[in-house]
Amino acid sequence: MKSVHPILQCWLALLLITITGCAATPPFDYSLFRSHRPRSILVLPPLNQTTDVNAPYSYLSTITRPLAECGYYVYPVAVVDAYMKENGLPSAEEMHGVALKKIRDIIGADAVLYVTIEEWGQKYVVVQSVTTIRATAQLIDTVSGQVIWHGTQAVSQGSGGGGDPIAMLIAAAVTQMIGNVSDFTHDLSRTANHGMIYNVDNGFLAGPYLPPQENEHCGKY
Amino acid sequence: MATIVKPLGLAFCFLALSGCAPAPSLYYWGEYEDLIYQMYAEPGSADPATQIAKLREDIGKAGEAGKPVPPGLHAHLGYLYFLQSDTHAAVLEFETEKKLFPESATFVDGMLGRLKK
Repeated sequence: MKSVHPILQCWLALLLITITGCAATPPFDYSLFRSHRPRSILVLPPLNQTTDVNAPYSYLSTITRPLAECGYYVYPVAVVDAYMKENGLPSAEEMHGVALKKIRDIIGADAVLYVTIEEWGQKYVVVQSVTTIRATAQLIDTVSGQVIWHGTQAVSQGSGGGGDPIAMLIAAAVTQMIGNVSDFTHDLSRTANHGMIYNVDNGFLAGPYLPPQENEHCGKY
Repeated sequence: MATIVKPLGLAFCFLALSGCAPAPSLYYWGEYEDLIYQMYAEPGSADPATQIAKLREDIGKAGEAGKPVPPGLHAHLGYLYFLQSDTHAAVLEFETEKKLFPESATFVDGMLGRLKK
C-alpha cells in the first residue's frame, strides 16, 4: 500500500481540526429570543473599526433584505440615519449611545441591531489577495435591555489558488483588475449578512411576517 | 370555459414552482437596497429625483409581480419627497408605510408631525 503524501496528510489533519473545532461549539441559547420575540428591528449604522469609510453604508444597504425576508419589520435604514444626523447625532458612535427608552419612544422599535465592523476589504498574502469581512452584531430588546441574540459574520474570498505560482500571480492580477473592489466587498457583505441571519444553528428565529416554517428559524440550512 | 381553466392552470403551475423554490421571497425588492448603497457610495448617481423615479417603477413592478414592496420602502420614498419639498406626496407615502406595516406607526407619526408643522 502506498503511503499518503505528506502534504495531503497535513491537509487531512487540518481538516480534522476544523471539523472537531466546529463540533465543540455549544448550542446557541435562544431562550431570551423566544421570550421577547420582536416584531420590529431598528438597524443603526454600524461602528467602523476599519479604515474603509464606505464599509458602514455598504453594510447598511445589505442588511434590510435578509432581516425582512426573515419576517421582521425593518425601519428604513437611510431615513433613520438621516433623522438621527438631523437631530444632533452625526456619527454611529453617538447613535449607538442613544438610550433604549428614547429609541422605543421615538422610533417604536422592539429591538435594535448593533453592529461593529472589524475587518473590511482586501489583504495581500504573497501573490494572493484575500477579501475579508468580519462584523459582530447584537440584537437588544428595547424594553429589558437584554441581548436576545448575538452573532459574528466572517467571510473571506481569495483570488488565485491552484499551486502554480505563475497561474496564481495571473489570477491575483485579474481579480484586482476586475475593477471595483468596493463593489466586490459589497457583494460579499450581502452573502455574509444572509449567512449570519439564515444559519439554522445560530441565526435568527423567524419573525411575524414569515409564514409558519418547518422549524422556528427562517433559514433551512 | 377554456379561458377560465387556462389562467387557473398557470396559477397552479406557479404555486407548485414556488413551493419547490429554495427561498421564495416575501417581497419584491427591485432597486431599494442598491439605491441606498449608491446614495452613500456615489451620491451623484442617486439624487432624490432619480431615486423617486426608480422606486416608483419598482412599486409598479411589484404590483405586476403580485408581491408587496419591502418594509421601509414607502417611508424612504416619503423622505425623498420631503427632501424635494413635496409635502403632500411625502405624507401619502408615510401613511402608506404605516398602513402596510403598523410596526412603523411611532416613527411615521413622528415624521408626519414634523411634516405637518
